[in-house]
Amino acid sequence: MMLKRFLLIMLFAWQMMPAQDIAIGSKRFTESYVLGEIAARLLSEAGFETTHRQGLGGTVIVWEALKSGSIRMYPDYTGTVQEVILKSDGPVSPAEMRKQLAEFGVGMSEELGFNNTYAIAVRRETAEKFELRRISDLKKQPDLIAGITHETLDRDDGWRAMCRHYGLTMTNVRGLDHAISYAAIADGSIDLMDAYSTDAKLVEYDLVVLDDDLRFFPEYKAVFLYRLDLDPAALAAIRSMEGQIDEKRMIALNAEAERSNDFGRAASLYFTKAGEAPPPETETTFWEKLLGWTLQHLLLVGVSMFFAILIGIPLGIRASRPGKLSQMILGVTGIIQTIPSLALLALLVPVPFMGISATTAIVALFLYSLLPIVRNTAAGLQNIPRPVRESAAAIGLEPFAQLFKVFLPMATRTILAGVKTSAIINVGTATLAALIGAGGLGEPIISGLSLNDSQTILQGAIPAALLAIAVQLLFEGLDRFLIPKGLRLEAENLKSRV
Amino acid sequence: MTFGEVVALYPTDLQIPAGKTTVLIGPSGCGKSTILRLIIGLLQPTNGHVHVAGGGDNLVALRRQMGYVIQDGGLFPHLNARENVLLMPRQLKQDEAAMNRRLTELCNLTHFSMEALERYPVELSGGQRQRVSLMRALALDPDILLLDEPLGALDPMVRASLQRELKEIFANLGKTVVMVTHDMAEAAFLADMIVLLRAGEVVQSGSLDELRDQPAEPYVNEFIDAQRSLVQL
Repeated sequence: MMLKRFLLIMLFAWQMMPAQDIAIGSKRFTESYVLGEIAARLLSEAGFETTHRQGLGGTVIVWEALKSGSIRMYPDYTGTVQEVILKSDGPVSPAEMRKQLAEFGVGMSEELGFNNTYAIAVRRETAEKFELRRISDLKKQPDLIAGITHETLDRDDGWRAMCRHYGLTMTNVRGLDHAISYAAIADGSIDLMDAYSTDAKLVEYDLVVLDDDLRFFPEYKAVFLYRLDLDPAALAAIRSMEGQIDEKRMIALNAEAERSNDFGRAASLYFTKAGEAPPPETETTFWEKLLGWTLQHLLLVGVSMFFAILIGIPLGIRASRPGKLSQMILGVTGIIQTIPSLALLALLVPVPFMGISATTAIVALFLYSLLPIVRNTAAGLQNIPRPVRESAAAIGLEPFAQLFKVFLPMATRTILAGVKTSAIINVGTATLAALIGAGGLGEPIISGLSLNDSQTILQGAIPAALLAIAVQLLFEGLDRFLIPKGLRLEAENLKSRV
Repeated sequence: MTFGEVVALYPTDLQIPAGKTTVLIGPSGCGKSTILRLIIGLLQPTNGHVHVAGGGDNLVALRRQMGYVIQDGGLFPHLNARENVLLMPRQLKQDEAAMNRRLTELCNLTHFSMEALERYPVELSGGQRQRVSLMRALALDPDILLLDEPLGALDPMVRASLQRELKEIFANLGKTVVMVTHDMAEAAFLADMIVLLRAGEVVQSGSLDELRDQPAEPYVNEFIDAQRSLVQL
């Protein structure tokens, strides 16, 4: 009965998800979000249904998603295509790029009109104090503290290669999130940072961009990558952006996104002709958005927990018996738990049938939720006293009946505690699902991180924390219904004796 | 029967008479409980076999022909007294009215109050728990009743009254009873046949009079006298 109701709710929740149509991807920074929003609007004006999978974890995740077809297009940069996707050492001509991309079934639009290359920025007073104008000038100042984004630190064409190219010997280097770097450079905790040349914050924080005098950074001309099997009318709609956005316009769009905390609004600025009134502030209210995030979050948690219980309890039953297989079950579920959640998500994305989707997030959450359930089920069964265990056999119960009539009911408390632990971890971990476009309460957290806007972060963080508390309370209530009365009396009796 | 390197029970051709009460007695570790556990199939013999008259190879079916009561009752803590007793009958989908008749019979037989049937094991006294355990063992009306120190954990007053009740129950039912105890007075009071064990071997079996009058070896007298002097104290 309860199961049926649960499945109905799940079905309802699935239907709440947006229809699967032309999916547009974007990476986890303001400009990518805005370009994605513009594309979504262009497509819907051309009569297509669209979904914007925004804020995907990084180039690898978005690229895998495009290859596998989970998204049909996303904005990227020629430099990234050359270095990260095609893994080329030298410059590649646009024609050659298109030829190589075609092998993956992917096409590339003409340039949108701006070059968002990497830039090295310093505070104006730092620039004046040390007379810094060019990147070469840094050779004289090896002690300056650099705050560099993780991706740039790790990339072949990133920070280290730049230092070699210029012969720099910078020693104080920290890996930072891009949005946090601005706050850090403003308050003086770092002296220089990597930036994108169209960042609105360069103007806002009055930073000086150092001249790339030895021509290290490749060109990062914005383009759209799309699947070659994309509907020609949809492609035409996207290609209307070609040559339409120069650096100045992009900076203005980025600035609007950061001012209003609303990527959709920034995108609509693209459609506003000079002299026209700007569009109304927001279309969906905060509460509507919150409801959407929360439902999606509950869907991720609910489905993954459902399967974790369905699979975890039988595994735990098996693991309660002595033997090699039991050690293996506990060992493997334990190892899964130690994989950092972000790494697990990234590992799952290239797996066939996964891609960037709610399914991938659910699989990852399911794997994380297994250990507490398996371990507690096994422990609960092992802790049943021998006289009771033997009595169940001696009165003539079949092994299955022993398990279902005696052992499992007696282990209820321990098993429920395991499920509770899993559910609470699950609610927290599910915020990371937004990194692979699966939505949920992580969405405001991640866009808040890329906007460096703590209010937006809290819009996701507070509901997520409240949800975890609600789950805790729910399970305390469930204890009353699910733990057999005899066992509850036993526990009270023990407590009163102590 | 061996546990690791230790021989728990040497081969024996011990025969247990049907319809009588046989008491296995001996000091701790003599193998008396092992015999019960072999009979009910909680242990498998390393050598030889246990033959139960009328029993086949199916262990589950065999166990349903026997009732088994242990020292602490071995009651299921998540079930109340009624559910403990009726677990097997329900499992076998017996008729509800027949089950209730049987339950009333058993309550009368064991002097257990019907009102207490709704209580959980934790809410019952030691004596009541053993009564419920006995009812559970008798629920399917088995031919054989195995009791492993059923009164071992009870205080002397309760123990004495339960001994009298057990004697009455055994006489009424006429079942094959095998009971383990280390108390000679209890054995003398309840047994048709006493089997005295020592270190995994049967020393002598027979009635109390036979053991006393024709001891197989001096140990038999020593064991009886040691217990008797304790009782007189």
